[in-house]
Amino acid sequence: MQHYTMNLTLKVWRQKNAGDNGHFETYPVKDISSEMSFLEMIDVLNEQLIKDGKEPIAFDHDCREGICGMCSMYINGRPHGPWQQNTTCQLHMRAYQDGDTIVVEPWRANAFPVIKDLMVDRSAFDRIIQAGGYISVNTGNAVDANATPIEKDKADEAFAAAACIGCGACVAACKNSSAMLFVGAKVSHLALLPQGSPERKNRALNMVTQMDKEGFGACTNTGACEAVCPKGISIENIARLNREYMMAGLTEDK
Amino acid sequence: MLDSKIPSGSLDQKWTSYKGHCKLVNPANKRKLEVIVVGTGLAGASAAASLGELGYQVKAFCFQDSPRRAHSIAAQGGINAAKNYQNDGDSVYRLFYDTIKGGDYRAREANVHRLAEVSVNIIDQCVAQGVPFAREYGGLLNNRSFGGTQVKRTFYAAGQTGQQLLIGAYQALERQVALGKVTMHTRHEMLDVVVIDGKARGIICRNLVTGELERHFGHAVLLCTGGYGNVFYLSTNAMGSNVTAAWKAHKKGAYFANPCFTQIHPTCIPVSGDHQSKLTLMSESLRNDGRIWVPAKTGDKRPANDIPEEERDYFLERRYPAFGNLVPRDVASRAAKERCDAGFGVGTTGQAVYLDFKYNLINKYGKAEANKQGIQHPDTDTLMRLGKEVVKEEYGNLFDMYEKITGENPYEVPMRIYPAVHYTMGGLWVDYELMTSVKGLYALGEANFSDHGANRLGASALMQGLADGYFVIPYTVGNYLADEIATKPIPTDHPAFIEAEQQAADRINRLISINGTKTVESFHKRLGKIMWEECGMARSEKGLTKAIEEIRQLKKEFWSDVKIPGSINEMNPELDKAGRVADFIELGELMCIDALDRNESCGGHFREESQTNEGEALRNDQQYAYVAAWAYQSENNWQLNKESLSFEVAKPSQRSYK
Repeated sequence: MQHYTMNLTLKVWRQKNAGDNGHFETYPVKDISSEMSFLEMIDVLNEQLIKDGKEPIAFDHDCREGICGMCSMYINGRPHGPWQQNTTCQLHMRAYQDGDTIVVEPWRANAFPVIKDLMVDRSAFDRIIQAGGYISVNTGNAVDANATPIEKDKADEAFAAAACIGCGACVAACKNSSAMLFVGAKVSHLALLPQGSPERKNRALNMVTQMDKEGFGACTNTGACEAVCPKGISIENIARLNREYMMAGLTEDK
Repeated sequence: MLDSKIPSGSLDQKWTSYKGHCKLVNPANKRKLEVIVVGTGLAGASAAASLGELGYQVKAFCFQDSPRRAHSIAAQGGINAAKNYQNDGDSVYRLFYDTIKGGDYRAREANVHRLAEVSVNIIDQCVAQGVPFAREYGGLLNNRSFGGTQVKRTFYAAGQTGQQLLIGAYQALERQVALGKVTMHTRHEMLDVVVIDGKARGIICRNLVTGELERHFGHAVLLCTGGYGNVFYLSTNAMGSNVTAAWKAHKKGAYFANPCFTQIHPTCIPVSGDHQSKLTLMSESLRNDGRIWVPAKTGDKRPANDIPEEERDYFLERRYPAFGNLVPRDVASRAAKERCDAGFGVGTTGQAVYLDFKYNLINKYGKAEANKQGIQHPDTDTLMRLGKEVVKEEYGNLFDMYEKITGENPYEVPMRIYPAVHYTMGGLWVDYELMTSVKGLYALGEANFSDHGANRLGASALMQGLADGYFVIPYTVGNYLADEIATKPIPTDHPAFIEAEQQAADRINRLISINGTKTVESFHKRLGKIMWEECGMARSEKGLTKAIEEIRQLKKEFWSDVKIPGSINEMNPELDKAGRVADFIELGELMCIDALDRNESCGGHFREESQTNEGEALRNDQQYAYVAAWAYQSENNWQLNKESLSFEVAKPSQRSYK
């Protein structure tokens, strides 16, 4: 792998707090190595800003290995930047060339208000999980783990849906700010498993109700969510959510 | 002085007997008792959820934006349990024994046996929650093997086991939030423990969004705040992982045990440059199928695939034929360092060894797949193609991650790996009930010291976090709270709360008013360098003495020249980081003092003065078969309390993996 260094121009969204209007600031960054991650490039810029007596850019990040779901930058019009099935923290600077201009914004959605700069409030996702994204089993109630065999294909499909990291890229990419991929992934994960079956109707109904309450938009099957999902969550999960929701609505006994 | 409260009776009956005799709290009283849980990783989320289910009023805190972000999520390879589903001779006793031996006889037998006992319940619980573990075609659970064991007892979900387990615990937690049993405080960082009449009664924390300090009461306080590997700056921990909560507890009277016991994980992606902010692990499970080697000649610069078989040194297989590539982490790390120090390392820096999958892609998976599909006399290309498909299913996410970071395809060329700081076995001293030396203050998961001795075996961290949270604390905290049912909630205008908040505020004010010239990050990097060089994979009296001096100097410089932008009453990540780094500096000093005190090699702690002729760690059971529990006295001053370790069942011997 050939490594190189580059000089870039960054246009970054700065917003002091939720009440501030916000604006773009332009920053030059120099001598960036192609081996750096995107966030390490931001680290370099922030160190420079601090030395210059300015406020560093606030952004969410934690594990920096693509699994915690905390990083959330909208880079050149695409959540998590140009690479497929990738998070911002795993984007590396070899994706860019000397002289490039990069525009960085926070997730934009009514249900995800900006806290500061590139940080947004995604607690709406937690509240959707609270509405039914679980199996009601208290600690100690469980039977032996091998008591219920599960078809390998089903288990694999459930795992693929459960791989969602809750980052919100699907919402950020959607023109309606819909959370259907996030909700579909959770409903699918649990509906595909026998353990999740007893609660599947209420789960689908309640999670969708909460999703609407939070102000996420409707789904028009555009597929932008699937295209930007860092974990490759399939849009089939939205189809399954629609099925689950309709079945539940038609057959609910209460 | 140190009472570990280990129940009497034979080792395999202690936990049963404890559960049968501990005090209980009736449901009506549980509703009146409040428990604070700090941290929402596997230990914290499982504890908060389980205590909520029991009926306690729980307040949970995490510094991330959601409890689901905690760094347990990044655990890759798996979780051990003594299920013996593979019929390969596993048992509770074997898991207990492997863990004690793997920890180089520096863990407490009773705790480890309990861990092995409850391991089986964890898997049941997780499956019931919908954790999608890997399965066989018959629909039953699959297992893989990990280092330091000769059985297959590790349950897994591709390379994302921690994620799946944490989501299970997180969902259980959110269910309790919905039921009103748990109140969740995200983006909050604990800054102090409030101690009233010798008992932990609450915490002071900072709301990271507004900058406000808050006081919270609890009849008991549980710290589930993870490890302190970030004291090294570069580690596989998340950027936010920190020691602050545990350190504040330490300064309020909780002993810190075996702080120098650090796990350096052998298989991480090597450092690429000064810009590096963290290191990324490649799961130990890869050592099931990857073979570790370096060129047999020094300075061999040929590309890996051009080096013929006979000119490669599979040094783990050569040195440890019985365990081969699956020796424990400390052994594998030192062996890699030895080869690199001797000039056999690969890559631009020479600080890396190869982890090569080609042999097993072809011979293990490729041939098995070809057989299954009835392909007669397959050529190598076909075997590679078939093998790749299987490996993709087992570790696909890890291979993708490697490629994203390095730009190289590990299916084609061997991975380059090097040891990196990964886990800390040391932590707050706890007794059998997981209570620290402060009454009512508990430490769970990686935050405590109790189960892994001087080296943790792979896939045991997830097991311990969930064991503590789901199956231990619900009993032991009840035993304490049973005597607290008459204690009314203490109003947070009590002088102890006011004083603790004032101290936290004073410290923040002091930090921000320094207004020096150097960034927080620059201090953290310098601390990390000192720690890695002198308190890393090899330690010596000379180096440690020097490090202690350097850290004291660094501390002075930090408190006179750090530059923190912004103000107090707003979101200010630099200010948060400054507080954490200030605590890491103090911890770093104690780690070096502890490493200096322990003039023996054991597990991950390698004193150059104490090694066998073959360069293996040489323990000294006569002098050092104790837990070093340090009590904070004053600045730069700690008192050592020793809890002597007695081994009734697993008799210490020189650990051998040959």
